[in-house]
Amino acid sequence: MAMSDKYSESKLLKEKSEWVRKETLKIHKVAHETRLASSLSAVEIFVALYYGKIINFNPKNTAWEGRDRFIISKGHGAISFYPVLADLGFFPKEYLNNVCKAGCILGGIPDAIIPGFETVNGSLGHGLGVGCGMALGLKRKKCKEKVFVLVGDGELYEGSIWEAVMFAAEHELDNLILIVDDNKVCMLDYCKNVIDLAPLDKKFEAFGWVTRKVDGHDTEELYKSLRHFKDNDDKRPKVLIANTVKGKGVARLEKDSLSHIKNLSADEVDTLVSELG
Amino acid sequence: MKKENLRAMRDVFIEELCNRMENDRDIFFVCADFGSPKLDRLRSSFKDRFINVGIAEQDLINISTGLALEGFTVYAYAIAPFLTMRPYEQIRINLSMQSQLKEVNVNLVGVGAGLSYDVSGPTHHCLEDISIMRVLPNIEIFSPSDWVLAGGFVDYSIRVKKPKYLRFDGKPLPPIYEKVDIDRGFSELKKGKDLCIVSTGYMTHKALTAVEKLSREGIDAGLLDIFMLRPLDEELLFNILRKYRCVLTIEEGFINKAGLDSIVLNGLNKKSASIKLRNIGFNDAYIFDIGSRDHLHELNGLGIDSIVKDVKALLG
Repeated sequence: MAMSDKYSESKLLKEKSEWVRKETLKIHKVAHETRLASSLSAVEIFVALYYGKIINFNPKNTAWEGRDRFIISKGHGAISFYPVLADLGFFPKEYLNNVCKAGCILGGIPDAIIPGFETVNGSLGHGLGVGCGMALGLKRKKCKEKVFVLVGDGELYEGSIWEAVMFAAEHELDNLILIVDDNKVCMLDYCKNVIDLAPLDKKFEAFGWVTRKVDGHDTEELYKSLRHFKDNDDKRPKVLIANTVKGKGVARLEKDSLSHIKNLSADEVDTLVSELG
Repeated sequence: MKKENLRAMRDVFIEELCNRMENDRDIFFVCADFGSPKLDRLRSSFKDRFINVGIAEQDLINISTGLALEGFTVYAYAIAPFLTMRPYEQIRINLSMQSQLKEVNVNLVGVGAGLSYDVSGPTHHCLEDISIMRVLPNIEIFSPSDWVLAGGFVDYSIRVKKPKYLRFDGKPLPPIYEKVDIDRGFSELKKGKDLCIVSTGYMTHKALTAVEKLSREGIDAGLLDIFMLRPLDEELLFNILRKYRCVLTIEEGFINKAGLDSIVLNGLNKKSASIKLRNIGFNDAYIFDIGSRDHLHELNGLGIDSIVKDVKALLG
């Protein structure tokens, strides 16, 4: 990539992140049932994956064999993925005004009825195991496509996650890339006050995974790490632990241990959106 | 019960599946560290498509789902109560819900229906599976009474690309059928005049014995074996049942909880049929008594004498 391309690429990812954050707030304004804080921590992850072209996709044929598979296991935190999909042509942008409204395919928690989603989401701890099955299937078919799975750190309390973590290493699923949205907060408190998950990287390393930590709001760092993982020929499965802030961009949520269940008023959203420009 | 030609359903099924895997590269067999003598051939012949996930039933279902979403026909194999109840939510979300949106051909092959594992106690007994699997939409339920049906199901399981639950008995049993028509879903093994007994799985063998005994006592009982609990051609089934004055259901599971009894009761209600109905099965308690399957049946009103007594009470 030439220097100017690199610059414009990096600028694009930043601009798209700002736009997605703004759109996510607007969605929350029309659909207060959506989980805002959890969706805001993952904004840059979605942007890096899709606008950074880490993931191969085809909005006109979502069952295209050549697509990389992306499972969003933390389904409630995927509202910020709606603007990305709309912008990339998976469905009309008008849908974003009707989230959670009768007749719209975009609900509070996305499922595979929405173009761009592979699985039924909403219950935690399922995506990684299903992703392992897909990764194994792709290897047996000798396909080069990768499987990306996004989980939240709180989701790692689910025992089924660790069943899959063991499986992936044993079966050398080098085509599997797990991203942990490490936003430090589950529903009722900071994870460290519930059952401390640290040291997360050491845990994955002990289970035989390639592990990398990254600032989850730095799109360039995210892009570089994901690209490195995708092109890497290490036989082990890979996990990117993205250090994020739950409720990123909304000061009131950023320091609230109960941010997961907090809603913003319409006025608050309007103020934030105008501040974001 | 005859003691000839005893075979385990899983052995016949796996043997036939192994034959299919020779030519069909799209079949995966996934197990949660559970075997069978016949599985050894499959394990050694198809190392790349036999996967043991370890004692991890949640993973068993999730891995199987992922493979099925990539187009494979998958068999998820484990002891029946652990296969159906430990990963119930994985089955609910990744098979029952997901298959309403995308094709998911995962065959849950459960071994140990009812009291197959008699002396292993209530953790290994499987008296809830029909009810809880019936509650989940989109999952087909196969409950064979013999190994001929079990072997005959392999073709169906590949052809029909939906999630299915196969509840296999854990003990070797004699054959009842010579040839099978899986798509028909049930078979009228004997026509009768006085009543019809409806049974599934292992209890069809006991029902056959009961029918013989009843015949010696001058009671002409018909016998209907339902091996596909879903889908079920209700029209066809109830056109047979409506010819009877009395119907007795027998199942090796809890009664009054959405099992075989409820299938028959709901069907008769839909037809507003004025048929006297009685249900035999286990009451609302787990079984901690130790003993053989027949002994446990005797203790719980499922012995042959109890069945004959119930028939007489039903006929009045």
